[in-house]
Amino acid sequence: MSTVTAQFEPRLARRRAYGAVFAGVCLFMTLVGMVVLVVLLVNVARDGGRWVSWGFLDRFPSRLTPEESGVKSALFGTLWLMFMTGAFAVPLGMAAAVYLHEYAPRNRMTRFIELNIANLAGVPSIVYGILGMTIFTRMCSLGLSVLAGAATLSLLVLPTVIIASRESLAAVPDSFRLAAYGVGATRWQTVRAHVLPAAIPGMLTGVILAMSRAIGEAAPLVVIGALMFITSIPKSPMDDFTALPIQIFNWMDEPEIIFQELAAAAIIVLLGILLPMNAVAIGIRAWQQHKKAW
Amino acid sequence: MPRGVLRVRERLIHVGLFFSALLSVATTAGIIWVLAVESFRFFAHKDVTVFSFLSGSNWSPLLEPRSYGVLPLVCGTFLIAGGALLLAVPVGLAAGIFLSDYAPPRVRAFLKPTLEILAGIPTVVYGYFALTFVTPHLIKPLFPATQVFNAASAAIVVGVMIIPTVASLCDDAFRAVPRTLREAAYALSATRLEVSLRIVLPAGLSGVVAAVLLAFARAVGETMAVTIAAGSNPQLTLNPLDAVQTLASYIAQISMGDTPHGSIEYQTIYAVGMLLFLTTLAFNVIAHVVLGRFREVYD
Repeated sequence: MSTVTAQFEPRLARRRAYGAVFAGVCLFMTLVGMVVLVVLLVNVARDGGRWVSWGFLDRFPSRLTPEESGVKSALFGTLWLMFMTGAFAVPLGMAAAVYLHEYAPRNRMTRFIELNIANLAGVPSIVYGILGMTIFTRMCSLGLSVLAGAATLSLLVLPTVIIASRESLAAVPDSFRLAAYGVGATRWQTVRAHVLPAAIPGMLTGVILAMSRAIGEAAPLVVIGALMFITSIPKSPMDDFTALPIQIFNWMDEPEIIFQELAAAAIIVLLGILLPMNAVAIGIRAWQQHKKAW
Repeated sequence: MPRGVLRVRERLIHVGLFFSALLSVATTAGIIWVLAVESFRFFAHKDVTVFSFLSGSNWSPLLEPRSYGVLPLVCGTFLIAGGALLLAVPVGLAAGIFLSDYAPPRVRAFLKPTLEILAGIPTVVYGYFALTFVTPHLIKPLFPATQVFNAASAAIVVGVMIIPTVASLCDDAFRAVPRTLREAAYALSATRLEVSLRIVLPAGLSGVVAAVLLAFARAVGETMAVTIAAGSNPQLTLNPLDAVQTLASYIAQISMGDTPHGSIEYQTIYAVGMLLFLTTLAFNVIAHVVLGRFREVYD
């Protein structure tokens, strides 16, 4: 046997065994998240399952007769917030993304705006709450209105919507734009008729995910003062409101066990809205990746 | 459409889109302005200075004798965020390696959306989970002396909350490492483990560091789960079984009470908010610098 082979011991069996152990550990770690998700859902379902009914959705919360409580005010408040936040944040976010990706010159100003958006996405939601409380609730005297809540949540989700929309615009190949310019379209005509239609499904995924984050948020609403006991549904954007995450938090704060169960039941209602939204968003993306032709 | 009208319309649309983009700059300016104005008023009080605020170890803004030393809140914040990282970094990193280098496409197509769903669970729900499951069923059996509200349960759920961030960013970083590097190593008869740990991990290290920093910033700013699980007891302790208060949960606690507008108690939330904003901003900026400057570039 030559000296070279004597020094080189591949020890392949042992190395492969290490590799198998490592692969197992990585798989296990990846499954930790799923296991927690399952345990969490089972825990909530077990605690609150027996209170969820159509009547639970149609009754107002009650402190004196908790067994007759419901989430009507919180559910309607959350729906109001969702639609108004969507109405503000989606057009503004898409417009900002179109500007940054399709119009903006590559200069310092653009770089500054982009850096700013990236950093805004990392600002804690409670800081947005302080901003909303100071500007919307006090300075604009909107009080604890749906409008103040939706405006605050809109600022919170805007960076996420912009970043997701930009990614979707970036996925549209340049040949689309060049072909439109080639036949004499203006920039807006190009964007509107060719770039946006191709980018919309991808934007939709980002927008739905952002909205589902927004309606699960409680911290900014707590700061603007939404921690009140409300037993009416908002009829206009200026009315007081409560929301599902706030109602959950309120019930959790009560000492009696029945309120914990009501909180779990309200969590089931909230997840009953959020999980389908997530599923739709993920479904749209999967469908789009599947059929993408360019 | 006549050419002139068309040109005017193009111009108007351009300006409108520009102002939509500028709104984000206005938001940042608004945050800084709002926090700065009230913080300035807070520090204008004669018994408060920036130094005593940042170095004081007693936080008691509501009860006499009043004291405005923010260290207990900072300590609580870092205790929980640090504990969350202890959980999220190994799990997220291993999940990132698995997703990028081990998982077959089908498994990956299932696992990625599941992680997104985990990231989409509202934070109050994690708070509920901490209070009704983690503390009584996981921590209490091991450490019977644990209080109902404790830092450990908050750290665990915040850790779970940031696993998707770490996993997904690590996965992105590892997938950006070119195939040729991996194949060169395989050609030298490296095993999969060796390729993962000695080729892919070092090559994607800047992405991993950025992921950890971004996840840490998220953990620092997390409010509701921490408010629910960790209690509201500002104290300078490193014992994870004690109740603590964080910067964010202090702001939430004061907002829930009926502190009169304009009082010094009310101004504390702006000073604490400023500290929270600057802390998370610092970590975000460092993360972006790491990503931009230390990325290995391969053609």
